[in-house]
Formats: sequence, C-alpha cells, structure tokens
Amino acid sequence: MSYLVVIEPGQHERNYWRDLWRYRELFYVLAWRDLAVRYKQTVIGAAWALIRPFLTMVIFTVIFGRVAKLPSDGTAPYALLVFAGMLPWTFFSSGLGDASNSLIGNANLISKVYFPRLIVPTSTLVVAFADLLIAFAILAALMGWYRFAPSWQILVLPVFIMFAFLASVGPALWVAALNVKYRDFRVVVPFMVQLGLYVSPVGFSSNVVPAHWRLVYSLNPMVGVIDGFRWCILGGQSHLYLPGLIASLAVTLFFLWFGIHRFRRTEKSFADMI
Amino acid sequence: MPPPVISVEHVSKRYLVGHRTERQIYGHTNLRDAIGRELRSAARKVVDVARGRQVVQGDTVEEFWALKDIGFEVQEGEVLGIVGRNGAGKSTLLKILSRITEPTAGRIVLRGRVASLLEVGTGFHPELSGRENIYLNGAILGMSRGEIRRKFDEIVAFAEIERFLDTPVKRYSSGMYVRLAFAVAAHLEPEILIVDEVLAVGDAEFQKKCLGKMDDVSRREGRTVLFVSHNMGVVTSLCPTVIWLEHGVIRQRGSARQVITEYLARRTDREQVICLSGVPRPQYVEEDRLRLQAIEWLSDLPLRHGEPVRARIHFKTRVPVSSVAIGIGFSNLEGTRLLTYDTDFQGEIRPDLSKSGEYSVDFCIASLPLAPDTYALDIGARSGHGHALDYLAACAQIEVIAGPMTPGFIVLKGAGVRLPCEWNWCFSEQERKLRLIG
Repeated sequence: MSYLVVIEPGQHERNYWRDLWRYRELFYVLAWRDLAVRYKQTVIGAAWALIRPFLTMVIFTVIFGRVAKLPSDGTAPYALLVFAGMLPWTFFSSGLGDASNSLIGNANLISKVYFPRLIVPTSTLVVAFADLLIAFAILAALMGWYRFAPSWQILVLPVFIMFAFLASVGPALWVAALNVKYRDFRVVVPFMVQLGLYVSPVGFSSNVVPAHWRLVYSLNPMVGVIDGFRWCILGGQSHLYLPGLIASLAVTLFFLWFGIHRFRRTEKSFADMI
Repeated sequence: MPPPVISVEHVSKRYLVGHRTERQIYGHTNLRDAIGRELRSAARKVVDVARGRQVVQGDTVEEFWALKDIGFEVQEGEVLGIVGRNGAGKSTLLKILSRITEPTAGRIVLRGRVASLLEVGTGFHPELSGRENIYLNGAILGMSRGEIRRKFDEIVAFAEIERFLDTPVKRYSSGMYVRLAFAVAAHLEPEILIVDEVLAVGDAEFQKKCLGKMDDVSRREGRTVLFVSHNMGVVTSLCPTVIWLEHGVIRQRGSARQVITEYLARRTDREQVICLSGVPRPQYVEEDRLRLQAIEWLSDLPLRHGEPVRARIHFKTRVPVSSVAIGIGFSNLEGTRLLTYDTDFQGEIRPDLSKSGEYSVDFCIASLPLAPDTYALDIGARSGHGHALDYLAACAQIEVIAGPMTPGFIVLKGAGVRLPCEWNWCFSEQERKLRLIG
C-alpha cells in the first residue's frame, strides 16, 4: 500500500508538505472560486478593482501633494508616486483582510473535510493579486497621461511583487489562525490596516522620514516593498535605501516563519473551535 | 493476515465546555453578583488568551470526553457500520479518522487514501453553476481535475441534471442540489471511504439509487467503508459487522444482526411507565386544568408489529373539566405524524369530569399497524372541539419490532403504517384457464 497515514496527537508533520502538494489543485480551485464569485451580481463588476485604488490615489495626491505639499521623488509626478505605493499597499491590505476572514468564511469546509488548511488563506491572496494586475492597467494609463517612460528598473518589478506576496503571507496566516480562536481580530484587523496606511509610506515618499530614523522605519516590511515598487516604476527618480530594504526583508522573513509556525501549531484544532 | 487498513488504538478526544451557573436558572441576580461574575469570566479569558488556550464561554469550564479509549481494526474490503445514539461519539470518531480534528490521545494508522463524506455538498457555492460546482466539490473531496473530467458525464447522468448544468445551483430545487452533491461524492475512488448519515437525503427513488451505489462501492469494488447511519435497515443491509458506540466507548462489536438487535432493544424508552409530569409543555398549553401524568404500557415492550397493544393513560384534573378527549399519536423521528388514535374518533362521548382528581383511560389497539422502526410518541388531551388542555409532542421514543406475522420484506424498508384491506386479483381469461388446469 502506497499511502500510510499515522494520526497521533500533536504531530502529523511528516505528510504535511507532501499533502500540500497533493492538494495543489484545491488551491487553484478555491482561488478560482473566489475570483469567479467576487463580482457576481454587481453592476459594474471588475471595474470596482479600478475605481477603488484610483479614487484613493486622487485623494492622497490632493491631501499629501497639494495640501501638505510633501516632496515627490525627483521629478516624478506626485500622482505616480502615490499610485506606485498604492499598488503593493492595496494588495497587502485587501489580502490581509480577506485572508484573516477566510477560515471563518470557509468554516463549513474546515469542519467537514480534511485538507492542509494553509490552502485557504493563501488562496485568497490570489484574488488580491488579480486586483493588483488590474491596477497595473491604471498605472499604465497614468504613465501615458504624464508621458512618463519607465526605465530598465521596471524589469525587476516581479521580484518586488514576490516580496509583497511574502510580506503579506506571514501576517495573513498568523491573523487568520488567531481569528479562528479569538474573533476579536475581526475588529482588530481592519483597524490595524487603517493605521498601517498612514504608518507606511503610501501617500508620501519615505524620503521625508528623517535619515536617522530611516532604518527603524524600515522595520515595517511594507516600507521595503513600497520603496522597491517606487524604485522599479519611477526608475531613476526614486533611490533605493539598501539597509532599509534588507531590514524590511529580514522582518518579512521572520513574519513568514512566525506566521507558518503559528498557523501549523493551531490548525489541527481549527475544526473544534470554528 | 495482512496488516489492517485502519487500526485505532486507545483513541480519546476531549472537549472543553463552558457552563453558566445560577444566572440562567434563576433569571435575575443582583447587579453586584453579575458584575463580579463577568469580571471573573473576563479575567479567565484574558489568562486563556495569554496562554494561547481556547476561550470558553460561560463561567465554569468542564471537560467532556467525546471518546474514551477507543480501539478497533478494520481489514481491507471490510464494510463496518457504526451505530449509537446522538452524542455517542460517532461523528467525533469519523472526524478524527478523516483528520479534520486530532485526537487528544491515542494512535491511528490508516493504510490507503481516505475520502470522507460527512455531509452532502460540502463547499458547494450557490452562485456557481452546476458544472462549476462539480469541479469545486470534486477538488474539495480530493479528486484531481483529470479524474473529475473523466467522470464528468457519469456524474451528470447520475444526478439527472443535464438540462441545468449551467444554472447557478442557488436556483436548483433542493432535490436537484442533493442529487448533484451525492453524485460527485459517489464517484470518489479512495481506498477507504468514510460516510456519515448522508444517505438520508433526497426522495425515495434517489435514496434507492444511492444505496445501490454504496453497495457497488463496498461489495463489487472491494473498498473499505466506514458507515454511520441511524437507519438500522440500511446498516443491516450494507454492513456485515457493526460497532455500537455509547457515551464515547465501544459497547459492542459483532455481526450486524446481533448488535443491532441488542442496540434497538436498549435504545428506546423501555420503561413500562413513562412519566409525563416533568416534561415541558408547548406554549399554547398555558393553563393546568388537566395534566397528563403518565402512560403505562400493559403490553410487553418492545411493541410488536401486528400484535395487540394495550396501555393506560393517567391524568389529573385540578378543576372540573367538561367534554374531555384524549389522543395518542405516533410520528416518525422527523416529526411527521403517521398514526393517530382519539377517544372521540367515531363520535364517542367526551366525559365531563365534575370533580378534580386522578383519572385514567385504557386503550387497546387490536393489531399495531406500524412497521418495525423507531417512532416518537405524541400524546394530548382536548376539551370540547379542540381546545388543547395538554399536549406532549415526542415525549418518548417507541421501538416497534417485527411480530410473528411480519413479512420479511418490510423489516428493512421503513414501511410506515401497514393496514389490511380487501384485494381482488383480476386475471386474464387465458391465465384463469391455466390456473384451473394447474
């Protein structure tokens, strides 16, 4: 017999990653389901994915660029600076929000079928990723409007998209697991995301942060991600602060390990608590 | 002998349950007590959160062992039935075997791919079409896309929903929904199949089809099946061996017929007298002019199909009550009334009870028409033309077993009420001649 499963309290580690691989189709299917269902019975459908970031961008440009008169990176138009930051931030915030509720939203699956639970929150990130791709269309339009040509750095963008993904997965897993046990996080997550929008350099350039605080500031992983996006999209106009990037990456990797660790520790009791 | 496909050793499962003391029983307490209790409860929750433990509602926490030291083995190709009352631990056991939840103690070894069917239509999304849901549900149950594609036509044909493949399932009738859901699950091909009470869905025709499919899976394809059901007929016909769970322990394991006979004998209210005075009444019975006290069986239990049943209903009046009628009814466990007997059914007098005191009324059913099964007993008292004096729905579970005259074919199928009537066969001229010659 090819397949042997041993069930004991506190450990069925051995098969975990193999199972995850075996259930990869479920990952695609759940992601596809979330995408397919997302804009059913809405009037303007996927246009919502365009309108939300666009309006936020307009407001931020007016408030931070016009009213507060913060400087842009080099000669880049302020709207582009904001939008380049909005891209990863929207991905992170909607990904975190969806993932944190994903286990509860799929409670019927979790209490009735076995599969590696890791699939549920990670597959919701695919929806956020699809929105990110749609938002790139706005970016292209904006760049055309401002006649702003990207330079070679744009080719590195996939690396930073990956970075954004990793930075989202860790906290998303952690919060998703916590949310099963303590529903308080339903309230906490949107609040944290709201705060994070102002703590992270979304509406302004991280150059406005005093130099001696910059490294500490970069402990927020989204600082590294957003700076990276800006560096790629605005080309030479934005400078990459390398120590900060490394700090962000280190924190991201820590959260990735921590999120997976916490998630795996608690996932076996999800069905009892959900 | 080859190693067992499933071996379960000393498996236990503990749950924590919270209780709310006093408050709920007495309704009001003073504010200071209430605040004190809330604070204590909140403090405990904070400690729980800090230690990463589960938060339990209520102010006292109790351990509850859903399973206690369970052990058994299942050989390849064996079909094992699991029976027991609600709360006996059947579903917990299946959940542990399906790896949905983990045991608190013990060890289980499974040799083969497990697919579990604890619910029909898990993960169906109402907005998606039938076609899309087949792929979704298949993937959730562990089928690969290629596997689903190969069996797609077969699934659609089994579910009989060809015309509605591209309709969102939220527009399906409940029958179509259930058929589609079962069809997907029925085409799983695991080495070990775990099924929990999912056949009790759909119309009779479809149930028969599902049972046939289950029989195929177990007998012809030689898979190992664990099967939980409350339908003893189905368990007996599908499973050669049965485990009887009670309060989280295995009470008995053996051949289906033997275990189920004993299980049925224990399962129901075997008391010769069923006391009714403490049973809660429905809201519309607000006065207590008359209270049903007890029903006393004068015949031996369990009741037998086709045999006479005699019983006495005891009741008490507090004030004079006029025009009293008493009725007794048998319902199936879903709550549908199957059979009713009333004291005034054919216009018999309704006595006026002019004194308060204790009374009783006897009844005798000459031949019990209920087929062998478990029924819920309803009992009520009316005054005049229908004003409810007292009413108790499903106040006891009554087992009816086969009597000496019961034909074998009705034992397995829930046949409901069977009554005699006059039949005349009409044969063709030719046949009549043949019969005369023969």
